[in-house]
Amino acid sequence: MDVRTSPPLLGDACSWTFAGDPLIVQIEALTKVFESKLRVVAVDGIDLELKQGEIFGLLGPNGAGKTTTISICTTRTLPTAGTVRINGIDVVKDPAHARRQIGVVPQFNTLDRSLTVYENLYFHCLYFGFSPLQARARSLELLKQFLLTERKKVYPNQLSGGLAQRVQIARAIAHRPAVLFLDEPSAGLDPQSRMAMWSAVQELRREGITVLLTTHYMEEADQLSDRVAIIDYGRVLALGSPEKLKTTFGAQTILDLKLKSLEGLEAVAAQLKQRDDVSSAEVTADGLRVIGATSDGLLPELVQVTAGHGLRDLSIAEPSLETVFIRLTGRDLRE
Amino acid sequence: MNSPEMTTHFFIKSFVGLYLRDLRVLTRELGPFVMRVGMQPLLFLFVFTYVLPHMSGGANPMAAAGGANFGAILLPGLMAVGIMFTGIAAVALPLSTEFGITREIDDRVMCPIPLWAVALEKVCFSAMQSILAALLVIPMAFYVPASPVRADLHNWPFLVIVLILSSLLAGSMGLAIGSFVPPKQIGLVFSIVLVPITFLGCVYYPWSGLDKIAAMKYGVLINPIVYMSEGLRAAVTPGVPHMPWWAVLLALTVFTAALGRLGLRGFLRRVLS
Repeated sequence: MDVRTSPPLLGDACSWTFAGDPLIVQIEALTKVFESKLRVVAVDGIDLELKQGEIFGLLGPNGAGKTTTISICTTRTLPTAGTVRINGIDVVKDPAHARRQIGVVPQFNTLDRSLTVYENLYFHCLYFGFSPLQARARSLELLKQFLLTERKKVYPNQLSGGLAQRVQIARAIAHRPAVLFLDEPSAGLDPQSRMAMWSAVQELRREGITVLLTTHYMEEADQLSDRVAIIDYGRVLALGSPEKLKTTFGAQTILDLKLKSLEGLEAVAAQLKQRDDVSSAEVTADGLRVIGATSDGLLPELVQVTAGHGLRDLSIAEPSLETVFIRLTGRDLRE
Repeated sequence: MNSPEMTTHFFIKSFVGLYLRDLRVLTRELGPFVMRVGMQPLLFLFVFTYVLPHMSGGANPMAAAGGANFGAILLPGLMAVGIMFTGIAAVALPLSTEFGITREIDDRVMCPIPLWAVALEKVCFSAMQSILAALLVIPMAFYVPASPVRADLHNWPFLVIVLILSSLLAGSMGLAIGSFVPPKQIGLVFSIVLVPITFLGCVYYPWSGLDKIAAMKYGVLINPIVYMSEGLRAAVTPGVPHMPWWAVLLALTVFTAALGRLGLRGFLRRVLS
């Protein structure tokens, strides 16, 4: 039996958009309130839809409700209100079936410590209804794809953080889920492992797997995601492609010029401010800072007008999701 | 793909997958497993039914108290203890680590079967180990004591039923303990739960022997090991006085159902928020 679910199981008709793009994840009015000594509204009415094959980033600071949202989607937490459908299957009404559509890479290493790397993959396949032969073939294929063949007999405790993460991703996609959930995939990884993880995720895009990832690293959301939802206090503040968010929410390019001579710069700054694509130009201690919508067109002009002041250095900071986030919430992402 | 038959078929495959995983882990640790389940009954039989009877012909009061029949009393009792210890060790201990820091349970909780089935698999797998642990005592009781104890296996259907029910009971108790006791305190379970229920569980004496201590005779009835020991007594050493079979089966069923329910509730509470 091939457990590949593409084309996906037909749920109800509303799991398909007009354009014919199947919706893999539908989150509607999702709310989760933790009632303990302290009442915490972790998720406060989130609506999201993920199309097949897209990489979707859930960006927000710690405690924004990202992990709770993922836990509900992956049947680990029951929502207080609202619904989540994976490939048309309601995760609360039919969690066992929904789990067949889901791959999860949790925040922490949850590899089975009593089994080798190969056995982690093999038994995972058996859990998902593969025959022993199919499970063996799939595990070997994954070991090869994730460059883990040499480590097939190693136990998870002997793996570095980056390698364990790779095994977890391989295990999560072993049963060919319709959607993969990655919860803070780069938490605790060194920069090199993070790059390797990013390329593994981009590789998944080529396989057509839909990915929902949470992160509080704006570079990660920016680099990996087709669309991003910025969330805070359990609510979606903004939703769109990284580029769209940056233009809609007025993130701007910052050009810093270091000059030898500051004489007569005030006049230059005043002149620059007249331009439509410049929102601010001011003299700094060692030069000029110009903030504009884009550096295109502005850059040659700047070089020209500062020619007489001895340009020593020029740095350009492209608009980033972090600036968008600060604008939306009034606080830093890492606070 | 989602017809009820296909769903059931898929669930069974997944359940078997979980079982095979546990079997793989167990076969890797077969030596420690045999030592764990064999050590206690072996030493018990050795000291009480071999060493003591050899001590200067009855001069030792303990040997005299035990009597020649002591081996026959001990055999079913040690089988019951083996079942209970294994149930706790095979379910409660691994669960408490898996629920703990490593959260290894996540992979199995994410299996495409209902969560109760994941818990049931744990109980069933431990039941298999419990049965092995109990059966291991039978040859020991034959070879170790000074005068061999022969298990009477004539009523084997009853033995099978009592073994299965007792093992499921022990597994359910392991599930309840594993889900409710915090990992840090799991070691305490052995001294504050297992030791008392063993000593007060009609393991080393038959229940009918408590006639003169009425409070204890009726007090121990809340202890599930009593029914395991008495049931096994009825099955393998019917010559020793024992409880009626129907009382044993009824009590084992009720305890299994109650502990199973409690354990499942705790399990769900731990894996689902």
